[in-house]
Amino acid sequence: MRAGRLGWAPYALLLPSLAYLAIFFAAPMLGAFGLAFQDGDGSWSLASIQRMLNDFNFMRALTTTLLLVILVLPVQLVLAMGMALVINARLKGAGLWLYIFALPLGISELAAGIVWVSIFTQTGWLNSILQTLGIIDRPIIWQSGESQWLLILLVVIAESWRATSIIMIILVAGLQSIPPEYLEAAEVYGATTWQKVRRVILPMLRPTLQVALILRTILAFQVFATVVALAGTGTVVLAQEARRWAVVIDNDNVAAAYAGLILLLSIASTLVFLWLLPTREEERQ
Amino acid sequence: MTARPASARPGMRRRQLGRALTYVAATLLAAFVLAPIYLIAISALTPPEIALTQYPRPLVPTEISFDTIRFFLDAAGVVDAFWRSVYVGIITLVLALLIGAPAGYAIARYAFRGRETYRLLVLSTRAFPVVILAIPLAVTYIRLGINDSIIGVALMHTALALPFAILITSSVFISVPRELEEAAQTLGCHPIQAFLRVSLPLALPGLAAAAIFTWVISWNDVFAASILTLREPTLPARVLTSLTQSRITFQFAAGFIMLIPSIVVIFFIRRYLLGLWGRVVK
Amino acid sequence: MAEIRLEGVTKLFRQVRAVDEVTLTIAEGEFMVLLGPSGCGKTTLLRSIAGLEQLDAGRVLIGGQDVTYLPPRKRNIAMVFQSYAVFPHMTVFDNIAFGLRMHRTPRSDIQRQVQQAAELLHIENLLERYPSQTSGGQRQRIAVARALAMEPQVLLMDEPLSNLDALLRLEARAELKRLLNEIGSTTIYVTHDQVEAMSMGDRVAVMRAGKLVQVDEPLTIYQRPADRFVGGFIGNPPMNFLRVTVESRDGALVAVMPDAGEVPVDGADGLGDRTGSLLMGIRAEDIHVEGGSRSPGLRGQVLVIEPLGSHNLVTLRLGAAQVKATTRPDERLDVDQEVRLGIDASRIRWLDVEREVALADDTEIGPGAGLGEIGPSELASEKE
Repeated sequence: MRAGRLGWAPYALLLPSLAYLAIFFAAPMLGAFGLAFQDGDGSWSLASIQRMLNDFNFMRALTTTLLLVILVLPVQLVLAMGMALVINARLKGAGLWLYIFALPLGISELAAGIVWVSIFTQTGWLNSILQTLGIIDRPIIWQSGESQWLLILLVVIAESWRATSIIMIILVAGLQSIPPEYLEAAEVYGATTWQKVRRVILPMLRPTLQVALILRTILAFQVFATVVALAGTGTVVLAQEARRWAVVIDNDNVAAAYAGLILLLSIASTLVFLWLLPTREEERQ
Repeated sequence: MTARPASARPGMRRRQLGRALTYVAATLLAAFVLAPIYLIAISALTPPEIALTQYPRPLVPTEISFDTIRFFLDAAGVVDAFWRSVYVGIITLVLALLIGAPAGYAIARYAFRGRETYRLLVLSTRAFPVVILAIPLAVTYIRLGINDSIIGVALMHTALALPFAILITSSVFISVPRELEEAAQTLGCHPIQAFLRVSLPLALPGLAAAAIFTWVISWNDVFAASILTLREPTLPARVLTSLTQSRITFQFAAGFIMLIPSIVVIFFIRRYLLGLWGRVVK
Repeated sequence: MAEIRLEGVTKLFRQVRAVDEVTLTIAEGEFMVLLGPSGCGKTTLLRSIAGLEQLDAGRVLIGGQDVTYLPPRKRNIAMVFQSYAVFPHMTVFDNIAFGLRMHRTPRSDIQRQVQQAAELLHIENLLERYPSQTSGGQRQRIAVARALAMEPQVLLMDEPLSNLDALLRLEARAELKRLLNEIGSTTIYVTHDQVEAMSMGDRVAVMRAGKLVQVDEPLTIYQRPADRFVGGFIGNPPMNFLRVTVESRDGALVAVMPDAGEVPVDGADGLGDRTGSLLMGIRAEDIHVEGGSRSPGLRGQVLVIEPLGSHNLVTLRLGAAQVKATTRPDERLDVDQEVRLGIDASRIRWLDVEREVALADDTEIGPGAGLGEIGPSELASEKE
C-alpha cells in the first residue's frame, strides 16, 4: 500500500467529505442542542424543554412512538430472517427473489403509507377482498379514529412492509459470510433445519443482527409520514410533533427539543442492543 | 458418498420437502411485497369515478385510465413539485458523487492511518435522525435566505446521501483490483492516467449505481423537504401538506408516481445492493 | 538489457522490515530468481525495483542510472503480475499494445510489435477477443506478451506461473525459459517454488525475513547451502540435518551419533581437523541403505517406505533422530527392519551447531544466514 511519498494523497481526497459533514452534520447537531436549550428570544433556559414535556401531545407521542418501535421490530426481524434464509437457500432464480424482496428499499415512507391507505381505506382493497369472499357484508372502517390500537397495528403492518428489506439485506450479507462448512458439518451430525438455525446461524449472525437491529430501531424512532398517511394527524408520534412545532407553530426551540429526544432515544436503544447482544469482542472487553 | 439409489437415501425426502417449503415461503413473501404495489398501481390507473364509487373493487380492473394520474398532475403545484424533486435529486447526485467518490477511492486504495476511524465516522452519520439535522438547518437557511430553495434542499439531501455515496464508491473501487492500475503504471501511465484509463471505465457501472441510488434517496425524503420548503415544495412535501384534505384518488396517483422511480432504480442497482450493506457488516 | 544494482534497499511497513538492507547486483542479461517462503519480502523487493513501493533506505540503479525516486513509467521496465492484471475492458490486442500506445509508438510499429509478441506467445489468434473470453493459461500469455512487447531493459515477473494448474505449469515453465533465453533480457523472477527457481534461474537469491541468505547458482545452493534454512528449503525432500560429534580415531575422523554408531568422514567442506559437536547436512540421495545388519555403518530402523515410481523415499529412525533416504525402486525393505546406513562423506555439508551456518567459506552467504529457528511452517507449506 502506498503511504510514503504520496502520504498526503488519501487525506486530500477525504477532506471535502469531512468538511461537508462538519458543516451539514456536526454544525446542525450542535445547533439543535443549542436551540433546545434556549427559549424564543435566544437566552439559555430549559423553558423549551419544559414546554415540550408539558405539551398535552407529548406523552401520547412518546408512548405511541415507543409502542410502534417495540411492535415493529420483532415482526420485521422474523420477516427479514425468513427472506434472508430464502435467499441464502439459493433457489432457482435467486436474483429475482432478491430483487423482489429488495423492492421496498427504494420506496419512501409517504408512498408506502399511501399504498397501505389504498388497502385499508373504507372502500379499499382489504374490504373489497373480504366482501367479495363473503366474509363481511359491510365495509369495516379500519382507519377509525376511535381505536388507537387498530391504527397502530395498521402502521406496524405498513412499516413492516416498507422497511423489512433494509434488515433483510444486512442479514443476507451476514448469512453469506457464514462459511457453508459449518452448516454442512451440522447436517452431517444430524441437525434439523430448526436446530441449524438456532445453533449455528443465529449465534454466528450475532454481530450482523446487532447492526441490523440498531439501525432499524434508530430509523423507527423517526417514523412519521407513514403515520400521517394512515392515521391522520390524530395519532401523534415524536417526529411529527417536531415538525408541527417547527412548521405550524413556528417554534424551532421546542422542535429542536423533540429532535434531541429522538436522538437520545436512538442512543439509548443502541446501548441497550449493545448490552443485550454483545459480540465476542465486546464480551472480552 | 456411498452409491445408494437416490430414493433410499434417508435425508433425501426431507430435503425435497424442505426445498418445496422454501419455495412456498419465498412465494408468500414475494406476494406480500408485490401485492400492495400491484394494488396501488391499479388504484392509480382506475378511472376516478369508478375509484371513488365502485365497491367492492375487482382485483383485475375492467377499465384502465390515466385520468386519475392526470388530475393529480393538474392539481395546483404538483407538476412544479415533481420537477423540483427531479432537479434536487440531480444536484444531490452530482454533489454527493463529487465529494464522496474521491473519499471512496481513498478508502479503497490507501491503507492510511485513521482509515477505520473515518469509515466508522461515515457509518455513524447514517444513524443520526434526519429530524435533528433538518430543524437547525431550516433556521440557518432562513437566516441565509436560501430557505425554500432547490439548492437548500439539495444541500441537506447531499448530507444524507453522502455516507451512502462514500461507502458504495469505496466498495466499487475495491472491486477493481489495484494491480490493474499498477500494471498500467509500469506500462507508462502516470497514476492519474492509470486511474482514468483503467479504474474509471471499470468502476463506471458501479458509480452509476451509486449515482441513481443517491437520486432515489433524495427523491424519497419527506421529512427534511417538508421542513425546508414552504411555497416551493418537492413532490413528497407537496403531497404531505395536502394529505389529510385531498381526495383519495389524489393520494393514489401520488403514491404511484412516487413509487415508480424507486422500483426502476432498485432494478438497476440490484447487483450492488449487497455491496452496499455487506461492507457495513465486518 | 541493463544491469541492476541494489544497494542497501530497505522497506518498512509500520515496524516490520519487509526488505532489510538488500544489496545485490544482477548482471546484464542475467536471469535472477528471488526465492523464499511467503512473507520473506521477495515480492516487496520486486515491487521496489519496479517503483511501486517507495524505499525507506537504499538505492536502485538500472543500467547505471539511479532510479530510486523515479516512478515506474520512467524506469524502462516491464512487469508481469501474479494475477496477470490483464485489462478486462480491452481486447487482447489493446492489452498488448497498451504500453506501446502510452509511449506514443507510431501505429505501424505498434501493429508489428504486438503481432510479434503475440506470435512469440502463440496467442496471435486471440487478438480480437476480450480477456473474459480466454482461459487462465491464455491470460498468462497475454500478460507476458504485453510485457515483452515493450522490449524492456528489465523484465520483472511476480510468480507468473503460480496460478496455473500443475500440468500447465510444467509446460509453461519450459516454454517461458526457452523464450526468455531467446530474448535475453535482464530478468528478475519471484517465486516460492524451489523447483521453479532451480530450473529457471542463472542465479538464485534465497530470501528470508527480508534479508538475503544466499545468492548462488542453483546447483551450488543445492549442494552447498549456506545454512540450515536454505538446506531445508531447497530440494525435495529437504536436506537431512543430524547432530553428530566428530572425533578423531587413530588419525582419522569419524562422526558419532548417539545410539546409532559412527561413520567415517574426511576433512572436506571446511571441516579440516575440527572435532566436537557439529551439524551434518546430508541429502537423501547420498545416504545408502544396506539391508544386512552385519554391514558397517550407522544403525537405523525403517519407519515408512514411500514408493514414488522412480525411487523409494524411506524414512528411517537413526538413534533419536529421523532421516530420509532414497533407494532404488526395487530395493526390498520392510517396515521396522533393522538396516545399516552408509554416508557419502564427500557430499556432507557441515554446519556450526549453534548458528547453523555452513563452516565452509565457499559460497555467497548473505547477512540473513543462520537467522535462527526454522519454523515447521516455513518449510512445509512453501515447498512444492
